[in-house]
Amino acid sequence: MRETLAERYARRVVLTLLVLFTLTPIYAMVSSAAKPLRDVQNSFTWLPSRPTLQPFVDIWRTVPLGRYLVNSLVVSSLAALVSVAVAIFAAFAVSRYRFRGRTTFSVAVLSTQMFPGILFLLPLFLIYVNIGNATGVQLYASRTGLIITYLTFSLPFSIWMLVGYFDSIPRGLDEAAQMDGAGPMRTLFSVILPTAVPGIVAVAVYAFMTAWGEVLFASVMTDESSRTLAIGLRGYATQYQVYWNQVMAASLVVSVPVVAGFLFLQRYFVAGLTAGAVK
Amino acid sequence: MTSTVSAPGPVALVGSRSDPPGRRSTGTRPARTWLPYALLLPAVILELSVHVVPMVVGVWMSLRGLTQFHIRDWTGAPFVGLDNYRTTLDVDTTTGRELLHSFGVTAAFTVLAVGLSWALGLFAAVLLQRPFRGRGVLRTLFLTPYALPVYAAVITWTFMLQRDTGLVNHVLVDDLGLFEDRPFWLIGSNSFVAVLVVAVWRTWPFAFLCLMAGLQNIPDDLYEAAYLDGAGFWRRLSSVTLPMLSPVNQVLILVLFLWTFNDFNTPYLLFGGSAPSAADLISVHIYQSSFITWDFGAGSAMSVALLLFLLVVTVAYLLVVNRWRRRA
Repeated sequence: MRETLAERYARRVVLTLLVLFTLTPIYAMVSSAAKPLRDVQNSFTWLPSRPTLQPFVDIWRTVPLGRYLVNSLVVSSLAALVSVAVAIFAAFAVSRYRFRGRTTFSVAVLSTQMFPGILFLLPLFLIYVNIGNATGVQLYASRTGLIITYLTFSLPFSIWMLVGYFDSIPRGLDEAAQMDGAGPMRTLFSVILPTAVPGIVAVAVYAFMTAWGEVLFASVMTDESSRTLAIGLRGYATQYQVYWNQVMAASLVVSVPVVAGFLFLQRYFVAGLTAGAVK
Repeated sequence: MTSTVSAPGPVALVGSRSDPPGRRSTGTRPARTWLPYALLLPAVILELSVHVVPMVVGVWMSLRGLTQFHIRDWTGAPFVGLDNYRTTLDVDTTTGRELLHSFGVTAAFTVLAVGLSWALGLFAAVLLQRPFRGRGVLRTLFLTPYALPVYAAVITWTFMLQRDTGLVNHVLVDDLGLFEDRPFWLIGSNSFVAVLVVAVWRTWPFAFLCLMAGLQNIPDDLYEAAYLDGAGFWRRLSSVTLPMLSPVNQVLILVLFLWTFNDFNTPYLLFGGSAPSAADLISVHIYQSSFITWDFGAGSAMSVALLLFLLVVTVAYLLVVNRWRRRA
C-alpha cells in the first residue's frame, strides 16, 4: 500500500500543526522559567534576554513551595498506595470468581466516575466538618481527608485496568499453584502479582497522577498547613504583581516527575486501555 | 455462582486450562462463597462513603433550607420541599436565568470541545498508524498535555493569554498583525474561545490514546483490500477505519461528554475563580453560587438537577447506541 505524494504532504502538514499546538505552551513554560522578572513583565519574547536559573531558586522563598510539595507527595503517594492495594483485591475477585452481583459491582463502580464532582463536594465538606466536630477525627483540612477522597477517585479505573491485566494471565498458572496446595491468597500473592507487576506499576502511577492533579476538592478541603500544589501555585500572584517566571519554574518542577513517569509507562497504559476496552 | 455446595476442599478459582475466561466453571470444586465479597469489601466501603453516601446526603440537602446559619448544625436545617429547585430552576428569577445561561454555554462548549478533541485525536492516530521515522517521538509528544498536572498546564495558558505580556497576542498582533488592538482573552466574549482552546489542548491526547489503542485491533488486510479496490485516504477512513473503531468511539464519546460537561478545572484555573459570563461553565457556576452565598441547599439542588440531566442523556445515548448495534 503506497502513499500518494499529496497524502504524504498532507500528513506532514497536519502533524506539524499538531506538534506546534502541543509544543507551544510547553515551550512557553520552559523558556519563561529561565527569564528574569523584567522579561515577563513586558511584551512576550521568544528567548530570555539573559537566561537565568534564579526563578528556580526564588520559587522556594516566595511561597512555602516545599511544604506544598511535601503535602502533595504524602497525599498522592498514600492515596496511590491504598488505591492500588484495594484495587488488587477487588480486581482479583472480579477476574477470578463468578459470584452474584459481579456485573452490578463493575457497572456501579465505573458509573461513580460520571458523577459531577460538585455534587458530592458540598455534602462531603459538611460530613468531614461534622465528623471532626463530633469525634475529633480531623478529616476536613487534613491530609487524611484528602487521601481518603483521592483514593476513591482513582479506584474505579484502577480496578478496571487491573481486571484487564489479571484476565490476561493464564489460569493455568493459578491451577498449578492450587495443585501445590496454595490457597487463594497465596495464589494471588505468589502467582498473579509477580506476573502483573508492569500493570500494577502503571495503575499506581495513574492513581498518583490523579491525586497530584486534583483541584476542586483541594480548593475546599485544605487550609494553609495542608495545602497541596494544586492550590499553592496560586501564591505567586500577589495583589500587585504575578511572578510569571516563578510560576512557570514552579509548574515545570511539579510537572517533570509525573510527566516522566507517565511517558515512561505509556505503553502499559495503552495495553491497559485495550485490555479493558475489548471486554 | 460457581457452586454453593459446602463440601470441604480447595477453593475453586474460576476457569481451568480448558475453560475460556468468562465461562462458568463446572464447579467440581466448591467455592468459598464469601471470599469474593470479602475481597470487594474495602472497595465497596470506600466508594460508598465518599461517593454514594454524600450523593444521598446531597439529595437530602437539596430539600433543606441549608444556608450559612446551619453549617454547624446542618441536620437542624428546615425542610423546604422543592423550594430550592423552584428558585434555582425558575427562569423568571435572576438565579434561574443565570443557571440557564450557564447551561447553554456549557452545552455549546461541550459539543465543540468533544467534537474537536475527537477529530484531532482521530487524525493524529490515523496519521501515526503506519511506521515511519519519528513516530514514537510524536506519539510521546502528543501524550504530554494529558500527563501534565492540570494546574501547571492551565496556568501556563493563563500566562500565554495575558493581554499585554502573553505569547498569543504577541503572535497574533505583533508578528501576524491580525488585530489593531490587543484583544482580551480572559475577560469578555473571547473568553469562550480561550477556555475552548485550552480544554481541547488538554483533552485531545486522551482521544488520541484511546483511538490509537483501537486502531491496533484493525487487521492490515482490510486496508490492503480497500487499497487494491482503489479506495483513497477518505474512503479508507470512512469504510474501514470508522466502522472498525465504532466500539471504541461509543465509549470514548460518552466519557469525553461527561468529563467535558463536568469540567471544573479548566475554567476555574484559567479565570482564577471568577469566570466571565461568556465562559461561565456549569461546575464553576454551581461552585461559585454555593460558596459565595453559602446557600448549600440551592447549590445541591442545582447539582442534583445537573446529575439528572446527565443521567437522562447517558441513558438515551446508550439506548440509541444499542439499537444501532443491534441493527448493524
